[in-house]
Amino acid sequence: MSANENTAQAPALGTARVKRGMAEMLKGGVIMDVVTPEQARIAEDAGAVAVMALERVPADIRRDGGVARMSDPDMIDGIIEAVSIPVMAKARIGHFVEAQVLQALGVDYVDESEVLTPADETHHIDKWAFTVPFVCGATNLGEALRRIAEGAAMIRSKGEAGTGNVVEATRHMRQLRGDIKKLATLDESELFLAAKHHQAPYELVKEVAATGKLPVVLFTAGGIATPADAAMMMQLGAEGVFVGSGIFKSGTGLSEGERLKAVEKRAKAIVEATTHFDDADLIAKVSRDLGEAMVGINLDTLPADQRYANRGW
Amino acid sequence: MAGNHAQDATIGVLALQGDFREHAAALKALGAHTVFVRRPHELEQVDALVIPGGESTAMWKLATTAEMFEPVRKRVADGMPAFGTCAGMIMMADRIVDAAAGQQTFGGLPITVRRNAFGRQTESFEEPIAFEGIDGELTGVFIRAPWVEEVDPGVEVLARVAGGPATGRIVAVRQGNLLATSFHPELTSDRRVHEFFVSMVRDAA
Repeated sequence: MSANENTAQAPALGTARVKRGMAEMLKGGVIMDVVTPEQARIAEDAGAVAVMALERVPADIRRDGGVARMSDPDMIDGIIEAVSIPVMAKARIGHFVEAQVLQALGVDYVDESEVLTPADETHHIDKWAFTVPFVCGATNLGEALRRIAEGAAMIRSKGEAGTGNVVEATRHMRQLRGDIKKLATLDESELFLAAKHHQAPYELVKEVAATGKLPVVLFTAGGIATPADAAMMMQLGAEGVFVGSGIFKSGTGLSEGERLKAVEKRAKAIVEATTHFDDADLIAKVSRDLGEAMVGINLDTLPADQRYANRGW
Repeated sequence: MAGNHAQDATIGVLALQGDFREHAAALKALGAHTVFVRRPHELEQVDALVIPGGESTAMWKLATTAEMFEPVRKRVADGMPAFGTCAGMIMMADRIVDAAAGQQTFGGLPITVRRNAFGRQTESFEEPIAFEGIDGELTGVFIRAPWVEEVDPGVEVLARVAGGPATGRIVAVRQGNLLATSFHPELTSDRRVHEFFVSMVRDAA
């Protein structure tokens, strides 16, 4: 970390402020999973604030099984070439060399993601060692603070990716919000035990208790498929939304041309609903005539070993 | 800060996307009456407007769908004081280089701005900046920032990059009631650039 502000005359790269600040610029926006340059352009046209470059969206990773890894560098290059908005890409949990490669490719944010198959079942990546900022998933406050202690500059609630089912995203947003609210009610002498309970560094627990918020931007992810889903997450306190399979897996049953139109319309509708999340008239308007949302998975039918949210520690 | 309150002027912060809350917090800390602006009727109630950092393409699209694009452009053209940071600077520029296909701006400042001029996020940086009209140095926080490539006569250059590969690049300008910076004073606890804008608003009243 070179957070040596006010002294060096040379530009200081990769400071905590420029990493966290990058996420501040994405607030109120939608980050869309894309697998081709063409999808990236559709996302940019729809008003996405960034794209997540992937080889397969989570719904396809579920379908195909096997080991899911970092994307092909050529594919990431193609997407970087195609758009002017920031490009993010996923590395496996703990796979610091995949992260080094993504940094070398010039991606703007690395997602250390439970959607890919974990590469280390004990350690996450030491994110302070990088110039590129990281976003990590969390299901509760302790997990979020452990990731921030490791250098994450942005947190997203995990939800359950690739299901088109918002129930887990709701659970994780409520959990995070509830944990933060509870901290704010404790006196200082009680924060030591709270830190132990959350298995998180005391200094970060103390900071959250004092400010009533995470020290980094909090987005939501995992199962968002409709404009109303996105707006609900914003009303639950998310500062922005990741949409994975929900956009490009929608409109099944239509002809290819019709499907593309429906996808474009849904992408735009989710962007508008995220900005105007408290305007029900507008959400009603943009929810019309979007075609079929992705079919989705009922979580009761999903075996425990296929729950991505359980990955990460 | 004593005596620098913007009296009764209402300063709006365009709240479609980006770090609008940080701008509002900076303005409120200076005692300015501050409101968020997402709709045309909210724009009508403000005397000045801050256009925050964010993604300029997303802001352009959202301004268009919210039917805010023409109203903001018209208010800025009619002389409403405005202050843009980063994406906000892009939105206030008459001309942009490396724009997305068809990308439009509110305009107002006769300058040419290059998007993502310093490079991608791994090139984002902070650096001390000298700012005309403010004593001492500021911390400039540059995040996938634009720079000003050309200014027409009459545009005041307020700050340039002082070190590193981009030395000499223009990163803050003013013309009349319009102020724009490539960097993000709202991400620091130093309120002097916002104070500078609040006094511009007061002088324009």
